[in-house]
Amino acid sequence: MATATARSAVLLLALISFLLLLPFLAAALSVDSPKGRRVLVLLDDLATKSSHSLYFRSLQSRGYDLDFKLADDPKIGLQRYGQYLYDGLILFCPATERFGGSLDQAAILDFVDSGHDLIIAADASASDLIREIATECGVDFDEDPLAVVVDHIGYAVSDTEGDHTLIAADDFIDSSVILGDKKIEAPVLFQGIGHSLNPSNNLVLKVLAASPSAYSANPKSKLSNPPSLTGSAISLVSVVQARNNARVLITGSLSLFSNRLFRSSVQKAGSSTRHEKAGNEQFLTEISKWIFHERGHLKAVNVKHNLVGEADEPAMYRITDDLEYSVEIYEWSGSSWEPYVSDDVQVQFYMMSPYVLKTLSTDKKGVYSTSFKVPDVYGVFQFKLEYQRLGYTSLSLSKQIPVRPFRHNEYERFIPAAYPYYGAAFSMMAGFFLFTFAHLYNK
Amino acid sequence: MVGKSEPINGTAKSQPPPSPLSPKSPDLLSGYFSFKSLKLKTKQQELLIRVSILCLVYILAFVTRLFSVLRYESMIHEFDPYFNYRTTLFLTEKGFYEFWNWFDSESWYPLGRIIGGTLYPGLMVTAALLYWGLRFLRFAVHIREVCVLTAPFFASNTTILAYFFGKEIWDTGAGLVAAALIAICPGYISRSVAGSYDNEGVAIFALLLTFYLFVKAVNTGSLSWGLASAFGYFYMVSAWGGYVFIINLVPLYVLVLLITGRYSMRLYVAYNCMYILGMLLAMQIRFVGFQHVQSGEHMAAMGVFFLMQVFYLLDWLKHLLSDTKLFQAFLRMTVTSAVGVGAVALGVGTASGYISPWTGRFYSLLDPTYAKDHIPIIASVSEHQPTAWSSFMFDFQILLFLFPAGLYFCFKRLSDATIFIVMYGLTSMYFAGVMVRLILVATPAVCLISAIAVSATIKNLTLLLRAKTKAPQSASGKGGSSGKAASKGSLDQSQPFQKNGAIALLFGAFYLLSKYVTHCTWVTSEAYSSPSIVLAARGAHGNRVIFDDYREAYFWLRQNTPPDAKVMSWWDYGYQITAMGNRTVIVDNNTWNNTHIATVGRAMSSYEDEAYEIMRSLDVDYVLVVFGGVTGYSSDDINKFLWMVRIGGGVFPVIKEPDYLVNGEYRVDKGAAPKMLNCLM
Repeated sequence: MATATARSAVLLLALISFLLLLPFLAAALSVDSPKGRRVLVLLDDLATKSSHSLYFRSLQSRGYDLDFKLADDPKIGLQRYGQYLYDGLILFCPATERFGGSLDQAAILDFVDSGHDLIIAADASASDLIREIATECGVDFDEDPLAVVVDHIGYAVSDTEGDHTLIAADDFIDSSVILGDKKIEAPVLFQGIGHSLNPSNNLVLKVLAASPSAYSANPKSKLSNPPSLTGSAISLVSVVQARNNARVLITGSLSLFSNRLFRSSVQKAGSSTRHEKAGNEQFLTEISKWIFHERGHLKAVNVKHNLVGEADEPAMYRITDDLEYSVEIYEWSGSSWEPYVSDDVQVQFYMMSPYVLKTLSTDKKGVYSTSFKVPDVYGVFQFKLEYQRLGYTSLSLSKQIPVRPFRHNEYERFIPAAYPYYGAAFSMMAGFFLFTFAHLYNK
Repeated sequence: MVGKSEPINGTAKSQPPPSPLSPKSPDLLSGYFSFKSLKLKTKQQELLIRVSILCLVYILAFVTRLFSVLRYESMIHEFDPYFNYRTTLFLTEKGFYEFWNWFDSESWYPLGRIIGGTLYPGLMVTAALLYWGLRFLRFAVHIREVCVLTAPFFASNTTILAYFFGKEIWDTGAGLVAAALIAICPGYISRSVAGSYDNEGVAIFALLLTFYLFVKAVNTGSLSWGLASAFGYFYMVSAWGGYVFIINLVPLYVLVLLITGRYSMRLYVAYNCMYILGMLLAMQIRFVGFQHVQSGEHMAAMGVFFLMQVFYLLDWLKHLLSDTKLFQAFLRMTVTSAVGVGAVALGVGTASGYISPWTGRFYSLLDPTYAKDHIPIIASVSEHQPTAWSSFMFDFQILLFLFPAGLYFCFKRLSDATIFIVMYGLTSMYFAGVMVRLILVATPAVCLISAIAVSATIKNLTLLLRAKTKAPQSASGKGGSSGKAASKGSLDQSQPFQKNGAIALLFGAFYLLSKYVTHCTWVTSEAYSSPSIVLAARGAHGNRVIFDDYREAYFWLRQNTPPDAKVMSWWDYGYQITAMGNRTVIVDNNTWNNTHIATVGRAMSSYEDEAYEIMRSLDVDYVLVVFGGVTGYSSDDINKFLWMVRIGGGVFPVIKEPDYLVNGEYRVDKGAAPKMLNCLM
């Protein structure tokens, strides 16, 4: 009896300690990762889960914890007690007019505003809700609900479909950060609606553009007036990197992710090469890596500045001091932080306008450093590092440091140029003394 | 040459002064010998009465300034005093050298401010010395209490000084009356109540001290008094920018003496000593520095200094040259060439930029309309407005009509000292008319001159009363001036009539003086003891309502914002935010950079999206605005808004005042101008 209670007590203790340790263990596992891996997937119907299983499986194999829910499930919610339950959201529910539970358009935008990632896939049946969310992200889907992207030249050769709405697109963005180092050989099969980028939004990028011969119209009816979206102004897949580094992927085709197009072979019209597999899998896997911050995520740590020859960071500099500035920049490679190597990182010494602008030199191990002389101007300066490159998260560091003028005893004591004045003063004093002496005692 | 000739001439010339200066000393001596037993006792009694009156006045001057502490609490008032308090705190914590070299990064973000080089340290050093002195004597006081009570303490000292000054220019009676008048004069109390920890509190003491010592030096021709006045001047320079008044009034006075032919060796010694040493000392204050020899405001003193040397040279030559005709020719030549050289030097200096032109504040003193047209930032301060007649009445009451009477007495008994006080009174009255805050400078002069009037009148009247019985005695005791002799002569002719009249007049005088006392006390308690950071109002049922919103707001800032947050507000609140909220501000009450203030004014008066860009460039995190619409508090930001527009428009022509007005009037309701409704404010 006693041993049993003792054993249960020990068990309980172990359990409690495990429970207590759990968050730390979890934290220890993901301590380096810039983002968590809990993703909520909202679907119109659960059949999508199996029809798009290849894509989901590629995410799961990379460690993502997918939570599938129906979009009108009354129990869905992104946060509880002010804490977000998910780190990413995939909206594969183009037809949904209203989300279930507490989720609505504002909640999704808040989710992005707090730095989380989002994938939106619309379709020919896209609802107003999905369109509005896309509009908030800087992307406008074609307003005609029946219009899809048609390309009579760049279509994918197919046995069954003859209306040229299945497009073989290969106009990728030229960025190895977003699409990976390996070139995507096969064209990507696309079937869905096109969208254009809002010109006032400079954060949104066209990742996959339609060919110049594409247009957006209803293929079943006769074209009475020129289509509103034509040529390479049509974007098939776009990404947004918000100012808080949240990443959003928007596309007008849900079938882009489907097993059918993943597996299908592709031959672009007019091209003789027939690829065994469409580029969809590679394209979407790579871009998902980017969206979920497995690539192109920079961090800057250990900002240090000090006087040349000293190690400690002072609270204030003096004008014309020589100082050293260094910062470490790393890039997340998916599994570890690797040194980021580049020769275009610059630092500003800034007070209302940059007084010093220096390119940092790197030691290839992540440390960037430079040294310069504080300008002969006092005030509250900032070390400003603004680094924005395509595909990379933006780095914006500023560190405030006051610069003071000379103290009263830091000026030069004897200035060579002033020796005539010193001489004049002292000779005057001596002369006055002699004169007084002579005047008083020479009678 | 100066050094050589001073001793000889100084002793030679200083022979005459003692006799006119201390007319009563022979009388006293004779009285002392003739009625030894009786007179000694009277003398002692007089001394006792004088000392006790002075003590009472000293205490009164202190006590009457404590209304604000009783009404509210022991705290610092208004805007500037908060900065002074903050710097004093820094001085006592970090020591003098840290204070001297203090670069404050919390104000004027992002420019910063060199505190040590841009303030008059006299007040802070004085308070810190008092504090350290009290700590040394084992009084565990807080620095805030010292700061709160510095102004009353110096006001009390000023009364003692007024007594000595009055004694110097007239007699002890006038001195006593002057001490009593200045102790409760509202014009002075307005800037020296407990908690009004501002430069002026100390500066008026320093001003009067310098003047007293200078007059003393002129009267005695003694180098040591001249030296003392130079040190008084140094203290004044260290305490307040108003020292410019001294450095212009004293040369003007010397010039008047020269013109009226009252030039003497005493004057020569006093002025040269005071000017040279005072200048060297003043240049030790970092904020003044080389301005003292380079800026236009100080040129008058230098010109008079050189003129004096020319005068002395001429005097010496006259002594050497026996031929008057030759001397006349020489005089004409020298004076012309001296003035010519001076004018050319001034012209060249100004043109080459070596002598800086007059500052805007100085211009606006000479021409009251100048600031309104050219420098809105000076015109925007309420205490820089021209004085209304009613505020003269409010601050001086009976002194206003005693002042001309005192001038009359001064002119009747002209001496070097009375000429000085007359000039001081007249110039400062003019400046008081130009700017409200300069009533403060005029107050000591008005009190002194009025004291002469009161003292002389009462003395004459009492003489009338006692004339019948003690005619011979009073003649020997008080017969100092021709004026009194004349009045005595006239009284003999119609005695009974005049006696009743004298009694009536005496009662009238006492009635007036007692009215003055009640007025002063009422003004002090009602008008001048409000700290303006805590507001009091009468509720609908007569109960007192205290609004402590300012301090609550600053405390909120202190508690709820990150320590490096930058707060943008109109400049009035800058000092208070840094002192109480401990946060960085963009502009504050030290209005040295007009462009920076105009930028804030522009941000406040632009459309919100433009304002956002401006504020991003200034790294603003919070904006503080004051709205008094709920409680009817009139000096809120809506009220000040037109000044923001004017100051902003002065630098950035994009901002135009008519955009914010409807048919030339300023409206804040729904009929306001569209730009007004849509701007950040």
